[in-house]
Amino acid sequence: MHLMYFTEQPMSAYPEEEGRTFGATALMFSNRHFDPVAGSRLYNEYLEHYRLVEEVGFDGIMLNEHHNAPFCMQAKCNIFASILAAMTKRVKIVLLGNPLPLAENPVRLAEELAMIDMVSRGRLVSGFVRGGGQEQLATGVNPAFNRERFEEAHALIVKAWTQPGPFRWEGTHYQHRVVNPWAVPLQKPHPRVWIPGVLSKETVVWAAQQGYPYIALSTAIDATKKIWELYDQVAAERGFAGGPEYRGYLQRCHVAETEDKAMANAQQFMWMQGEFTGLAHPVWSTPSGYFSPSYRKAFVEYAVGRRSNPRGAAFEDQIRDQQIVAGTPKTVIPKLRRLLEETRPSILGFWASDGFVPNDDARTCIRLLGEEVLPALREIGKELGLWSPFEANAPVSRAFPEPALPAR
Amino acid sequence: MSTPPPTWTSETVAIAGAGLHVARAGAGAPVLVLHHDIGTLDRLPFYDALARDLTVLVPSHPGYDASERPAWLRSVRDVAVVYQWLLAQRGLAEVSIVGLGFGGWIAAEMATMSPRAFRRLVLVNPMGIKPEQGQIADQALLSYIDYVRRGFSDAGAFARVYGDEPPTATLEQWDLNREMTFRIAWKPYMYNPTLPYLLGGVTTPTLVVWGRDDRIVPLECGERFAKALPHARLEIVEGAGHFVDMEQPDELARLVAAFVRAA
Repeated sequence: MHLMYFTEQPMSAYPEEEGRTFGATALMFSNRHFDPVAGSRLYNEYLEHYRLVEEVGFDGIMLNEHHNAPFCMQAKCNIFASILAAMTKRVKIVLLGNPLPLAENPVRLAEELAMIDMVSRGRLVSGFVRGGGQEQLATGVNPAFNRERFEEAHALIVKAWTQPGPFRWEGTHYQHRVVNPWAVPLQKPHPRVWIPGVLSKETVVWAAQQGYPYIALSTAIDATKKIWELYDQVAAERGFAGGPEYRGYLQRCHVAETEDKAMANAQQFMWMQGEFTGLAHPVWSTPSGYFSPSYRKAFVEYAVGRRSNPRGAAFEDQIRDQQIVAGTPKTVIPKLRRLLEETRPSILGFWASDGFVPNDDARTCIRLLGEEVLPALREIGKELGLWSPFEANAPVSRAFPEPALPAR
Repeated sequence: MSTPPPTWTSETVAIAGAGLHVARAGAGAPVLVLHHDIGTLDRLPFYDALARDLTVLVPSHPGYDASERPAWLRSVRDVAVVYQWLLAQRGLAEVSIVGLGFGGWIAAEMATMSPRAFRRLVLVNPMGIKPEQGQIADQALLSYIDYVRRGFSDAGAFARVYGDEPPTATLEQWDLNREMTFRIAWKPYMYNPTLPYLLGGVTTPTLVVWGRDDRIVPLECGERFAKALPHARLEIVEGAGHFVDMEQPDELARLVAAFVRAA
């Protein structure tokens, strides 16, 4: 198993009341409510968390990025990845990931990622995402071409990583006179690419077509099973068998020394009223052209209040469905075993604390996970044959059917 | 007035590889009516009123409503060329253009391409020029219904056209049309920085009409259009917002007919 740690890096010093009054906590919620003094303190606390994460035995640190919202302070995951590349020694640096459509120059991304890979001595896992809907608006990128830009930027980055330059790129959305970056990844054929997602079938299908592991972000167990059915079906069509090494899952899981404390802190996963990306008007979080046309009817009804939020499950329901797991190490291990048995991922991310969880509690959670939960899960993983892509020496992709290893 | 309503026919014509839906009614001098960014209902009192005196053609912009989406279309200028193609294909000469809001921008681009080709140009609260003081309201930040409501001066007028609560099918169409608008007018949003410079060559007599209470495109843009076009005057319509055609249809039809038919 590959066991990794994740935090949204919550801006847990923002004035909640202001968000309630404004009615939104994303995109248009004014950054005059951002406090850089608290921001500076929090960034450094999160760095200390990551240091502890490596000490207590996690295999990886998962990073992401979002814009214009207090739920996530990390506006550029390559910045933290760069810091971690130098600050840590052993953990994989798992970016889930860079939002490709937001890049006006994917070659620059290819360079940044290559530098992170070299500085970290080949510990980079370079996931790619489409970016949330609000990210398109926050960065001025056309949501109607989101998926096209994602696919083209991906093709360009992989080419820049794997084929010697200079070459010319004349694409639909990107044109480059000269592609010849003097920084290429240490890992060959190229760093592993994992693709996270929540809702879009199109992304599951695309990941399976490429042969990239897909990381389901906190979906309910039944929904996760459907994702793997689809993934495995596409994989079979492409001539390979899906399985644990292609499956990842991000579990919201808070552990404390008592049940009561764990449950109280786990409530903070709902600090954005259950929304992963802050409270926002539906047309901000899902601008026209961004989402799958198959959801259009349901979406427009939701956007004008004729249908309830598809992601709006209550805390109690999410506890029942194990989308949120909370307790002492002793009580969470059987729940996680159930997740592993039923959905068989080999990559498991722990989204461990969120919102206003106090620093000490967040640190205790990391320590308890590392000391008590991870060893148990490793045993379960062996028992169930959940070999990670690293353990299984799985190929990087269909296009590059070899494991990724640092060049020597 | 007891004039019977005009008979509308429609056809789909292939332009640049995509099917373009064109509705037609009336007789007399030809007028091409270009609709808003939200698309258009098939029939509107304004279209009927125009068709009493004129031959009216109402195409659906490529990718909007009943017209097929050309995947390659990238700009409002591309749309203007599609309509030049349509007029050439139909063999229409001495055509006047009435551009409504976003359609006004398309009409203005067409005029800059053919400075002498059109008989008359009527731009009704057109987008296309960047305001100096205010901003053009950004639909990307507004819900479908809120954006359309914002285009009316009087909430009652919205309800008369769309009902108090527009049906889901209308919302879906607004979403599709909005997606198409994003595909061709995302950035810069709703204007072309070169347009003010190019309008100076247009010799076509132009009427710029502005609904006084437009909360989507500020009135200063009307003044800038009237100044940039050598043969233009600005006419303000009271009791109307951005969608003058839906709020004051008879008044707008009267202005258009008088202007187009003037010797």
